[in-house]
Amino acid sequence: MNVNTPQEEVIVLRPSRGWSALNLRDLWVYRELIYFLTWRDIKVRYKQTVLGAGWAILQPLVNMVVLSVIFGNFAKMDTEGIPRPVFTFAALLPWGLFSKALNDAGRSMLANRNMITKIYFPRLIIPLASVLGGVVDFLIQFGILLLMMLYYGYPPTLNIWALPLFLLLALMTALGFGLWLSALNVLYRDVNYILPFLTQLWLLLTPVGYSSSVVPEQWRIVYALNPMVGVVEGFRWALLGAETTPGPQMILSVVISTVLLVTGMYYFRRMERTFADMV
Amino acid sequence: MNDIAIRVENLGKQYKIGMQIDRYRTLRDSLVDAVKRPMRMLRGEGGDNYETIWALSDISFEVRKGEVLGVIGRNGAGKSTLLKILSRVTEPSQGYAEIRGRVGSLLEVGTGFHPELTGRENISLNGAILGMKREEIERKFDEIVDFSGIEKFIDTPVKRYSSGMYLRLAFAVAAHMEPEILVVDEVLAVGDAEFQRKCLGKMSDVASQGRTVLFVSHNMSAILRLTQESILLEKGKLVLRAPSPQAVDYYLTSGFAQSGEHCWQPDEIPVDAAPFGPIALRVRNPQGLVVDTVRSTEPATLEIEYALDAPISGLRVGIYLLTPQGEHIFTAFDTDDTDRYERYAERKAGRYTSRCVIPADFLNEGRYVVGVNASAFRVRRYFQDEHALSFNVDASGAPGTHWLENRLGLIRPRLQWKIEEVQGAGILRDEAS
Repeated sequence: MNVNTPQEEVIVLRPSRGWSALNLRDLWVYRELIYFLTWRDIKVRYKQTVLGAGWAILQPLVNMVVLSVIFGNFAKMDTEGIPRPVFTFAALLPWGLFSKALNDAGRSMLANRNMITKIYFPRLIIPLASVLGGVVDFLIQFGILLLMMLYYGYPPTLNIWALPLFLLLALMTALGFGLWLSALNVLYRDVNYILPFLTQLWLLLTPVGYSSSVVPEQWRIVYALNPMVGVVEGFRWALLGAETTPGPQMILSVVISTVLLVTGMYYFRRMERTFADMV
Repeated sequence: MNDIAIRVENLGKQYKIGMQIDRYRTLRDSLVDAVKRPMRMLRGEGGDNYETIWALSDISFEVRKGEVLGVIGRNGAGKSTLLKILSRVTEPSQGYAEIRGRVGSLLEVGTGFHPELTGRENISLNGAILGMKREEIERKFDEIVDFSGIEKFIDTPVKRYSSGMYLRLAFAVAAHMEPEILVVDEVLAVGDAEFQRKCLGKMSDVASQGRTVLFVSHNMSAILRLTQESILLEKGKLVLRAPSPQAVDYYLTSGFAQSGEHCWQPDEIPVDAAPFGPIALRVRNPQGLVVDTVRSTEPATLEIEYALDAPISGLRVGIYLLTPQGEHIFTAFDTDDTDRYERYAERKAGRYTSRCVIPADFLNEGRYVVGVNASAFRVRRYFQDEHALSFNVDASGAPGTHWLENRLGLIRPRLQWKIEEVQGAGILRDEAS
């Protein structure tokens, strides 16, 4: 029986105060758990549904129809000459990923409370895994989008190389905000009720159903405080060659989302020690 | 070379009671609180509006490498809190602990099992949650399935498992992690006898492999079998560290109130017992007095007093009678009788006593332990205290006491003996001669 590890690990437990280090190394040690929890979320999501993974396709398609009718037929908003279904769907992909990630992460700590009160692992893994869980849906939807683009005669532009960066920005924003919400949700269950309104409002403040060109020039900077503006514009630019080339606002989006992520992680770490007692 | 696996110094854990009871802190409460707090401070009532308790205080001990240490104590003594701190689920509020080596905890088997996933999938998931590497899980997969004994259902979602199968699988995964330090809490309280034997076997394997084990249990015979030394916790304090037979003895005898009565203190009642609220357990003699010693020749009454804050349907309140070594003599519930079971299909809110009479000429002399269980069969266990009280049985006047000897056995019935002289025998002998 070989139980002696050459480099023995000594864990010291003592009360901690104030802000603690992020301890990302621990996250690396537990990287397989991140994978398994993500895999579980994906695996379980469409169990015992008739359509199964079909929901991953149907949901954004229905959203696309609804938004196209509202913004196209009623509000008659401009799409920069791009066919409306493609125009909307290309934005709905990152938006869907973001809103799902935000909602799942926000509720994740409560949903996994039995694990949190029984076993040690870096708690950060839980919201992280719920954010990553949406990526598979996204990839399926991306296939549909490519088919739609071919049908409407819009082959992807050369800018497509930048797409993963915009995807990353969406995930970062969702994780950063999700960390704040999930930690707050342990203390205040109000977060559960705020989440649906928050996502709805955020959808309207993001150019999913319309083009951001309708926003007056002097308000663009304020508008770009919402990092999802940069993400959605970036997607349209990279895939469809939309005219709104990501500009200086993009830098603002990146800064905001980085700040959200870093502060979110520190806040989460700070609250982490009380999770098992409060959740 | 340092051979200490766990060193604990002045460890303490404080809980805010208010925080635990109304778990749902809302933003509104906090806002109201924020307004009230300065006012309360002005009135000189102090800023801390939560009542706090020390679930654990000033605990110091060391565990050597390869040692199997038992942790015993009544409900609410702080055993689970101690294990939670050592397995890093929660932080101490005071003091310091040092742990050398990977800790695996069996605080509750099946943590993270997902009902929709199959047995196979749950093995991988649960293994990862317990900190096993993927390669390690794959290597031990067959062994785990084998141990659980559910090969046939390995590709069935676990929600279709019986509770026994579920448990076997969960324990099988947990039993196959190989941490240097294993922390075990009460896994043996569940499952059938066969399964319990298997678990105990696995535990002693672990112990004999030279790994460090912290073993919390209410099962004194398991403690005696698996551990050499034990620590005894009482109300969050460490009161004794001794070789296990001594610690168990202390716990079962002097640890109890000697009064023939046990009244449950609020800190002994878990929050999730509600709406069942245990009040007291008493032993009464035929004169109705609460006594520590009853006579074997007289009936004794066991009485459980409790309050229900809300009606409970299907409730059964019962007792376990055990030996000081933790072996069960019998288990009985107040609604074992079918008529009474139907009459009390639902028990209204209110205060009750459930009484039963242990008949005269039943128990042998010695000390007996009474446990209490309140549950709804296959629905929920509201409350359980395996060692609520102990009492003495005095055998004077019982059958056979004119011989001053110890009679073996737990019961001492007054049997109907008949001695007959067999008439034919003499004749036969006559004929033979």
